[in-house]
Amino acid sequence: MGLSKEFTKGLWNELPPFRLVLGLCPVLAVTKSAETGLGMGLAVIFVLTCSNMLVSSLRKIIPRKVRIASFIVIIATFVIIVELTSQAFFYPIYEKLGIFIPLIVVNCIILGRAEAFASRNGIFASALDGLGIGLGYTVSLVVLGGIREILGSGTIFGADIMWASFRPFTFMVEAPGAFVSLGLLLGIMNAFSKSN
Amino acid sequence: MKEIVQMIVVLSLICTVCGLALSGYRDMTAERIENQVLMNVQGPKVKLVLDGAENDLIADRRKVTINDRQLLLFIGKKQGKDWAVAFETVGKGFGGDLKVMVGYDIEQNNLTGIQIISHKETPGVGSRVTKDQFTKQFKGLHIDIEIAPNQCPDEIDAISGASYSSKGVCEALRKSIALYPEIRKYVSAN
Repeated sequence: MGLSKEFTKGLWNELPPFRLVLGLCPVLAVTKSAETGLGMGLAVIFVLTCSNMLVSSLRKIIPRKVRIASFIVIIATFVIIVELTSQAFFYPIYEKLGIFIPLIVVNCIILGRAEAFASRNGIFASALDGLGIGLGYTVSLVVLGGIREILGSGTIFGADIMWASFRPFTFMVEAPGAFVSLGLLLGIMNAFSKSN
Repeated sequence: MKEIVQMIVVLSLICTVCGLALSGYRDMTAERIENQVLMNVQGPKVKLVLDGAENDLIADRRKVTINDRQLLLFIGKKQGKDWAVAFETVGKGFGGDLKVMVGYDIEQNNLTGIQIISHKETPGVGSRVTKDQFTKQFKGLHIDIEIAPNQCPDEIDAISGASYSSKGVCEALRKSIALYPEIRKYVSAN
């Protein structure tokens, strides 16, 4: 079915951090633990889906010359809604994500999808595009965050799971560890796709 | 011409609708956010300052107006009676505002302790004012203590290399002690 392809492409072929290699800055920063990765991913799903739907519904009205400005206003509005909501209902996650919630506004993925897809396709297809890519992004963040958390702190979602004498490999929760893990995962995924 | 008008109209409309939606949502969540900030940011620090209180410090807070300024008072109780009061004052540190929570034993008129609520000091240098080693010096100080403006009193050892940060905390304390007599009237009246 044509439309379901819009959803599934975000889960593998056009997986943002690992295939499109887009929006890497927050990926490195929020994957110190699986929980923060999940929180960031959910925020991105919300912003991406809503902005895709709104941009798509206004695509015939927004003049081409001011389209980027309009997209940014729309995206920024949804990001602020996410920020206020997390401050009001999920304060601990809000504290951990800190400045990276407002930084979703300049995340290339969201502006990229608005320009490349939502401004040229129908509302339902755009919603699916947003949901698929957002879900792929979330899974990537949770996997990367999980690996870094297990090796770097010995926990997963806050729960101790390693054996008692395990000494955390703290390199993993620092910036260099983020780059190394991301690079290794990219390499593995490339090798996997090549062999298919 | 028509193109320019359409650009202006569409952009203005989008901005207006988004702006209205956002300010509406902000109003809706303002109270909840205030509570969350109180519970997560000031809550733990107030608990440390009023260590020993037997009541819910956040629930028993009181808003008062002194000299045209609104102040939030945290009341600590022991055995049902008002025992201590804590409130926030601001001093100027090296990097910006230093928000300090000072607690007073209203019976003995001395300090139950202080905690730094927020600061913009240099990490590892001025930020050391938040450590126990510095803040525990303030416990038990009497309110009669003499503090010159923007100086540390003799009883307090400043952190070497962080004189602005240390003096900023002491300045916040000086302002706090100056307000204490007025604040005192609002406590143990019940």
